Amino acid sequence: MRNEIAFYLVAAFTVAFAIAAMTLRDLVHCALCAAGAFAGLAMLYLQLDAEFVGFAQLLVYVGAIAVLILFAVLLTRGDEVRPGRAAPARSWWMGAGAAALVLAAIAAPILLSPSLEGGAPGAASAPVRRIGEELMTRYVLPLELVGVLLTGALLGAVVIAMREEPRTEDKAGGIPPRFTPTPGNPANPR
Amino acid sequence: MSAPLTHYLILSALLFCIGFAGAVGRRSAILVLIGIELMLNAANLNFIAFWRYGPHPEALTGVMFVLFSIAIAAAEAAVGLALVIATYRQRRTTRMDQLDTLKG
Amino acid sequence: MKTLDQIFVLTQHWLTGLAPAALQPLVSMLLIIAALMAVFGTCFALTTILERKTLGRMQNRYGPNRVGPFGLLQPAADGIKMLTKEDIVPEAADKALHFLAPLALTAPVWLAFAVLPFGRNMSAIELDAGILFFFAIGSASELAVFMAGWSSQNKYSLLGAMRAIAQMISYEVPLVLASVPVLMAAGSLSLPEIVRAQSGYALGWIPRWNVLTPWGAAGFGVFLVAAAAESNRCPFDLPEGESELIAGFLTEYSGFKYALFFLGEYLGLFAVTGLGVTLFLGGWHAPATWLEWLPSWGWFGAKFSALIFLFIWMRATLPRLRLDQLLNFAWKFLVPLALIDLVAAAAWLKSGGWQFAWALETRWLLCATLLAPAYVCLGRHWRGGTPKPRRYHYAQ
Repeated sequence: MRNEIAFYLVAAFTVAFAIAAMTLRDLVHCALCAAGAFAGLAMLYLQLDAEFVGFAQLLVYVGAIAVLILFAVLLTRGDEVRPGRAAPARSWWMGAGAAALVLAAIAAPILLSPSLEGGAPGAASAPVRRIGEELMTRYVLPLELVGVLLTGALLGAVVIAMREEPRTEDKAGGIPPRFTPTPGNPANPR
Repeated sequence: MSAPLTHYLILSALLFCIGFAGAVGRRSAILVLIGIELMLNAANLNFIAFWRYGPHPEALTGVMFVLFSIAIAAAEAAVGLALVIATYRQRRTTRMDQLDTLKG
Repeated sequence: MKTLDQIFVLTQHWLTGLAPAALQPLVSMLLIIAALMAVFGTCFALTTILERKTLGRMQNRYGPNRVGPFGLLQPAADGIKMLTKEDIVPEAADKALHFLAPLALTAPVWLAFAVLPFGRNMSAIELDAGILFFFAIGSASELAVFMAGWSSQNKYSLLGAMRAIAQMISYEVPLVLASVPVLMAAGSLSLPEIVRAQSGYALGWIPRWNVLTPWGAAGFGVFLVAAAAESNRCPFDLPEGESELIAGFLTEYSGFKYALFFLGEYLGLFAVTGLGVTLFLGGWHAPATWLEWLPSWGWFGAKFSALIFLFIWMRATLPRLRLDQLLNFAWKFLVPLALIDLVAAAAWLKSGGWQFAWALETRWLLCATLLAPAYVCLGRHWRGGTPKPRRYHYAQ
């Protein structure tokens, strides 16, 4: 019973933050609310006894991705009437309608399916040692691939976001760039 | 006694649709990215819920899938946001409806 | 001696036993929380006064000595002053975020203490993935600092917040990388388990602390520097560098909210210091067999205080870095060094089974040949010849 109440509380928390993240006008608020929704999901994982995944979710989403999004918001200010604000598209009601249709299409089978009824959870746990052993034996190839992918993404992100230095700058003393992200710090604000 | 599986699935569907509505309905490229991340997260919640309530929780397949998914989401976010920043530098905007150079 | 060692655990059990059976789990929990808050709250007050006095002595002055005997009541006076000050919120501030930021910084830090083992059987919860929990909780403080700087709508605040985030993200990488060899050695992510793995003595008298191995010594160095940067301590206090940014993200805070930030920062320092003691200095283990009669929490406290003093000493000694130096130092020196340290630790652990005559010496030599050239080369490279003229990004 207590677990159920906790679930509904966390679920309401997560959904509220997710809705706020998608509807607020201020981009910084949106990003912070998204971080809240990610944290709520981490709590849900913890409730489902997936301790390791929950902490990894916090570390990666709240600690890294949310901060990355905030950096991007601050680096791309100035394209709206007021900086950092984003009006919803005129066709937002079409998006909402399509989303409602998708929700109905997913929810109907879930609610109607007889095989999902009842299944009480067994005594499941994912000890860190087991996860580590599986990663090193059965999932070692995916693990290596993810390593390559992350390295590639790191280099790719640096190359894409790096500003091309103007060639004439040194000779003619042209206008210096407003900001020069270095690989270690892709985000010097203006 | 914890909440039944269907409630987790409904919650996940709800989160997916919120993310979907944002990704389709908002104009800022960054918000579209946030929406996509929310959709990914909803899928992850499904994996964990099915792992927990499934007949073979000792197999850890759901947990592994989510761990890899989190790692890939991190790569995706990094590259996606780098693209947003690079686009902003070229075009001075991150609004999706203004990036229409290829429009006939 | 057994009783003295376990005195807090026994007291907690006794007090819990007084409560009715239905409430016992709750009471047990609340007792631990109250004890942690009391101990580290006092620790915070004492550290502020000791820091000011030590800094004073190191700068050839007395430091605060007016309130109470030896100025020991200074923290109380400071507290009263903070609480009675007017709470100023700027007109243009984002009110909600401005209010939430100090809470978002201080609340998670308390959680980090839950997994630290302060003595034998003295960790609040034994998590299977304790160290991951610690780092996951720590990531919340970045967002809090950003909230503080951004919501103040002040350019100094925003600059301070951006510096803080860049610094915290950069130094989190070496912090985690320096901890990884310890996890490899202990074969566990649980902090009590890591302490257990450091029990016993090599050759009969050298304690098996991680810091007394070549990879552990290098890792501890990286960890200390990264820890100082993570908790915004001098020489890494750029986010609030008062000579450049007034007070950085703290500029628009006053009264109780400022006190909360202050508290959060010190608690963060305590937490990461406690982690350093646990990972590298053998946790609550005594340094020699004939000293084992002292209680385990006493040893934890002694090592903890020594590290805190080291941080104060560093603050008095080193000048503040520049932002580009700071980031270059993290990415071009600490991160590669931590990665090489990982290789050295792997070599050390893999060669653990060697049986021949000079096995230990050979292992030391092996690790030293991996680490020493890397340290020298990386240091040279980082210093990098004549310094180039600095381009000021913010001013243009």
